Amino acid sequence: MPALPYVANAVISGTLTGIVYGLMALGLSAIFGVVRQVNFAHGELMTLAMYGAVGAFQGLALDPFLTMIAAAMVFGVFGYVLQRAFLNRFIHRPEHLRMLLMIALAIIIGNGLLLAFGPDARSVQTSYQLDSFELGPLLVDKVRVYAAIAAVVATALLAAFFRLTLTGKAIRACADNPIGARVAGLPVAHLYAVTFGLGAASVAVAGCAMVQLIDVTPGLGPGYTLLAFVIVIVGGLGSMVGALLGGLAIGVSEALAGLLITPSAKSMVSFGLLVVLLLVRPQGLMGPGRR
Amino acid sequence: MAAASTLAMYAFPRRLGAETAKLKVGVLLPRSGLQALIGQSCQRGADVAPELLRQRLGVDIELMNADTESNVDTARSRAERLIEQGAQVLVGAFDSGHTAAIAQVAEQRGVPHIVNIAAAPQITEQGYKFVFRNFPPAPEIGRNGLVLLGDIFRESKVAPKTAVFMHVNDTFGQAMAKGVAALLPKLSLPFKVVDTIPYDPAAKDLTVEVSRAKATNAELLLLVCRLNDAIVLRREMVKQRWSPMGVVSPGSPGLYEEQFSKGLGKYGDNCISNTVWFNPKNQITHDFAAAFKKRFPKDEFAFHGINASYTFDAVLIAADAFKRARSTDPKALAEAIRQTNIPATDRVSFGGPIKFNAKGQVDGNRSVVIQNLRGKPTVVLPAELAEGKLVFPMPKVS
Repeated sequence: MPALPYVANAVISGTLTGIVYGLMALGLSAIFGVVRQVNFAHGELMTLAMYGAVGAFQGLALDPFLTMIAAAMVFGVFGYVLQRAFLNRFIHRPEHLRMLLMIALAIIIGNGLLLAFGPDARSVQTSYQLDSFELGPLLVDKVRVYAAIAAVVATALLAAFFRLTLTGKAIRACADNPIGARVAGLPVAHLYAVTFGLGAASVAVAGCAMVQLIDVTPGLGPGYTLLAFVIVIVGGLGSMVGALLGGLAIGVSEALAGLLITPSAKSMVSFGLLVVLLLVRPQGLMGPGRR
Repeated sequence: MAAASTLAMYAFPRRLGAETAKLKVGVLLPRSGLQALIGQSCQRGADVAPELLRQRLGVDIELMNADTESNVDTARSRAERLIEQGAQVLVGAFDSGHTAAIAQVAEQRGVPHIVNIAAAPQITEQGYKFVFRNFPPAPEIGRNGLVLLGDIFRESKVAPKTAVFMHVNDTFGQAMAKGVAALLPKLSLPFKVVDTIPYDPAAKDLTVEVSRAKATNAELLLLVCRLNDAIVLRREMVKQRWSPMGVVSPGSPGLYEEQFSKGLGKYGDNCISNTVWFNPKNQITHDFAAAFKKRFPKDEFAFHGINASYTFDAVLIAADAFKRARSTDPKALAEAIRQTNIPATDRVSFGGPIKFNAKGQVDGNRSVVIQNLRGKPTVVLPAELAEGKLVFPMPKVS
């Protein structure tokens, strides 16, 4: 059994990573909750944002945490246009066709990145990238702290948008009752596009945060799409709070499993958690009935 | 007599007849995916080979390159396809899992497979007749690497009492782990391994693994790694301010790669790899390095030395067998490969003469101690090959 400071370090690190995971999954959850579109290209969108952050850093010396704002806007517009001009045309098609469409989009993005940037891992190297905060016996990774703060701010802004703005309320109405929303005259196609744009923006912010934690390669997407699915299913599909809780649960459980059992058990624990949850609470931690 | 004819062949190269105009060598390497950088590094060695071997041996080689995409199934299917397309010899494929899959195909189809780099022992333990390897199996690499650890301690007059052993959890890593576990008790080294931590070679985050290793308070990190994970792990060590006496690989890639030094800057320095290497004293190495520099002027040869050297030597073995067999028939080539006897001075990689034993394995490949000094992998031991002075213990991370 490792000494207490090591366990505390693992919990803190897992919590901070889990918050960033949560933000990444939040976009997936929002898109599914409103548009009922399972976004299989979610990880690839994040990878695209990571390459954007690397490009901004190498070309313009822009810190990824500053790139976040521009990336959120660019990806927001990109997501809006993608949904409005393209994905909305498939909205009434069978689910398996929509699923294949998103897988195709994921493959196109992944291979496009491979063509454009090659297979090499790329990273940003900021002056504080290897720094840590020292709190007594605890060492807290500076980048993880900044990334978690950015994730919390982005989540709060997203939640405020959904709770406080008319468009946000209309989107929630769409999510609760799409037919009713149409009958009431809400511009559903526009609201779907706004939602996809917000989902893409949040994944772009997550990508800019992640790029300082991991190197980016074109093949990064599928793993993170899968992770986002696990998180939103654990948290409850369509629930924003659930996505964050799911991220935290996965981040902390993986960290503790790695430290206390064996590092090879990390993924086993997160998927084990998923299986147990599907058995005892199929709707997830914050699924319908508890929102 | 055989040695005399071999020497004569190298001394007086002559062109083969028109009936055996060209040997088609299928080169299988992971040029994309997780192991892309190392695969591309190996590929450079193959790319330089045809022209240099034409000059040295007077034989024509045509390379047929295939990308295994760092995937076992792709490796198998690409090997099948290369044979369908007319490859007469296969070379590859850096990763032990990929290599094992290709070896199966080669054996089934009766086409010689010359392993460039792959250390899993089972590759030459299957009784295959068409699989040949001029690369030490993991236990031999481990043993050589661990023996050199003793040399490091003797040279520096400093010895750690405890070590933590971290290794990638793949075919190669597990083979190395078994080798290290079996050999350590027999080698009378001064340290005790207090924990063994396997980790996912595709891991993007090794925070927990490093925390666990640090928690052992071990004085030495013994590391069997690949490239990307080595970078992630070293970064995490710096973040967690863990400064063991040394970071030593007893025979794996990763620490001496270009990306490792460039990506980590000063934090990549002083890491040690006890590994197979090229022999800087051989004339063929100088010729190869010059050809390499001409073909890839932006690349530093030392960073590609091991990958490119062993891949070049694999193509050299094929060319040498082709020259003696005077045939592209796979069976004749396999028989000629079995009779290979390339002198130690006529190979690029560091070791004794290239001769295959009954299992198709070359014995006597040797390791050296490589340390990253001022951003460049530098031989520090054995003394007869040393290019720089050993730094051990490594300075603490500031």
